[in-house]
Amino acid sequence: MLHPQFASVDDVQERLGAAGYLADHAIATTVFLADRLGKPLLIEGPAGVGKTELAKSVAAATGSELIRLQCYEGLDEARALYEWNYKKQLLRIQASKDDDSWDEIHDDVFAEEFLMSRPLLTAIRNPNPTVLLIDETDKADVEVEGLLLEVLSDFQITIPELGTIVATRRPLVFLTSNATRELSEALKRRCLYLHLDYPDAAREKAIVLSRVPEVAEQLAEQLVRTVRALRALDLKKSPSIAESIDWAQTLVALGLDTLDEEAVKSTLGVVLKHASDHARAAEQLKLN
Amino acid sequence: MTTAAKGLLDREIAFLDALRGAGLTVSLAEVLDSTRAMGAIDLLDREALRAAFAACVLKRPAHRTTFDTLFDLWFPAVTGDPTRYDESDGRPGESGDGEPRDNEAYRDALRDLLLDGDEEGMRRFARQVVQGLGRADTAPGRQSWFSYRVLRQLSPETLIASLLEAMLSGQDRGGLAEKVARQTVQERIKQFQEMVEAEVRRRLAEDRGAEQISKTAVQPLAEQVDFLRASRNDMAELRRQVFPLARRLATRLTARRRLGKTGKLDFRRTVRASLGTGGVPLVTHHRPHKPHKPELVVLCDVSGSVAGFAHFTLMLAYALREQFTKVRAFAFIDTCDEVTRFFTPGGDVADALARMSSEAKLVWFDGHSDYGHSIETFAEDYPDAVGPRTSLLILGDARNNYRATGAPTLKKLVARSRHAYWLNPEPSAYWGSGDSVTGAYEGLIEMVEVRNAVQLEDFVQKLLPQ
Repeated sequence: MLHPQFASVDDVQERLGAAGYLADHAIATTVFLADRLGKPLLIEGPAGVGKTELAKSVAAATGSELIRLQCYEGLDEARALYEWNYKKQLLRIQASKDDDSWDEIHDDVFAEEFLMSRPLLTAIRNPNPTVLLIDETDKADVEVEGLLLEVLSDFQITIPELGTIVATRRPLVFLTSNATRELSEALKRRCLYLHLDYPDAAREKAIVLSRVPEVAEQLAEQLVRTVRALRALDLKKSPSIAESIDWAQTLVALGLDTLDEEAVKSTLGVVLKHASDHARAAEQLKLN
Repeated sequence: MTTAAKGLLDREIAFLDALRGAGLTVSLAEVLDSTRAMGAIDLLDREALRAAFAACVLKRPAHRTTFDTLFDLWFPAVTGDPTRYDESDGRPGESGDGEPRDNEAYRDALRDLLLDGDEEGMRRFARQVVQGLGRADTAPGRQSWFSYRVLRQLSPETLIASLLEAMLSGQDRGGLAEKVARQTVQERIKQFQEMVEAEVRRRLAEDRGAEQISKTAVQPLAEQVDFLRASRNDMAELRRQVFPLARRLATRLTARRRLGKTGKLDFRRTVRASLGTGGVPLVTHHRPHKPHKPELVVLCDVSGSVAGFAHFTLMLAYALREQFTKVRAFAFIDTCDEVTRFFTPGGDVADALARMSSEAKLVWFDGHSDYGHSIETFAEDYPDAVGPRTSLLILGDARNNYRATGAPTLKKLVARSRHAYWLNPEPSAYWGSGDSVTGAYEGLIEMVEVRNAVQLEDFVQKLLPQ
């Protein structure tokens, strides 16, 4: 049932690195454990620190198929688990000849053929290595969490008409959340937990350099320090790694090779997305 | 099971127990998980062990500091006198034979380390200085360890100027470059201080046992700190939590509204959906119910003792602005002024609070709280503020310096409003003691104890419409 994909923590770090994701030791260890213990991994953290990216990179590093369930308000069973294709069922009943008995038809319409598989069921039934990404779990309603519990603890789905479908090969499950609401204790208990935060200066610099190779090392260093200074301010939305990368790309596109007051002032819009944050940063960093 | 493995297991259980003692919920399932996790990783890798425990039992980011503190106590990186292991790396002032160095040499070494930002070096240095400077004999034959002895003698803050000098190396001062460099230096100094404190805790734990130190080492969570006793750091931490808190509340409310009664039949959507079932409308669709949004009027005491509470609550009220049709804020000390004008949409709330304290007319007589006069002024100057659709919130400790209470006016105000609540940051046991006039307002208005952020969150949920 369990098919671990990684040999050791270092192996995780190396293969994720090859897939373009620079994982620190804690991230690599947690991913390794999720793989080894066969438990889902809940990743929480501010927007833009690479939660979804981590799941995608693990899929790429292990050569697994990535199945994604994007959560939103109003997501229900029919979109997450499975649905009966009633149109096809109706056709089947209408096409049946008069002498077909009801029992036959009944068994027939609730067969594999009429089942529409949604992400969770697809992931459970996939015989190949699979990474199941349940994105933005906090956006879904509380009831969806209940629906996830059976899938995440036993890796099985019960369909009343067909019986219980058990995973032949456990998918590696990643759940992400922006913590807009507290997920239930029951769900958290079934998962390993990883809080992804803004990285330390050295790692952030390495990430910027690997994503934007055109940027000079000196500039990347300046940029990372400036972003950290911005994060220390009381901002509505602190810049995340995604913004650091955007900023580096902007600077490269503009052909700037040093980050002085002028450069910061003209490109601040790339990192700060609120007018009040702009005003605050300009004042505190003495940009005027 | 071998004895060594059993010892490790005992250690793990004791550690998880200490986490429970510090307020984390660690279920049996999680204990089993972390034990299995220990079996899967390389136990000689201490950071991997930390990450493994964190993945299994740490389910809220707010608990991270507590977790790290306790982990360092129960699974220390070194034991005993650490200077024995650290080979001399030839820094200036380092004497190979482990002789204590003088303060100047220590300060120079620290300056170099802070300039480099070399974390491992700083950690090693922290161990050295605690060994060298942090020990004091408290009684004959007994010793204790103190972080303030180390930090006072090294006083890293006094190094800032020379560090900035070295970092900026000739660039002009006062601008962005300096601000960024200063931020970097302060971050590193804070890191170093935390390392010293962690090292002191470790040495103490060796002398007295980890259980003993665990009980005192853990700080309460910011959201559980009393507003009246919050330090500046606590308040800063709380302010950072205002927006996440507001967002959480708003999400929960929209969820609750959607679950509630739905509105009129949405004919168009119903007919459209019926096409799938051969024109028979099996499922009806409804328009969403239009939520009732109250007007919020906040009247808050911003005098010294309760200012922190008032600021936090005002920030929260403004962060939740979309949930109300209108928010008006009034502040008072011994007279009342409307402060709504400082809170512009999209503006910075911290700025607004600063402007409010400097520009609004809040003092009329002597600058001590006067609830009576403030309530009278409020009712007189802003007769239109409270109407039948208003939720009136009064914030304050009702410590009135033995002045008139203005209770009859308050009674009229409450009668005119839709809801009225008084949020008091004092523990309810102290209400009515000394110059607290809660007794005079009793029966007029519902008074709620809101001592910390958790209680405030509960209250706001109750206040907002279903």
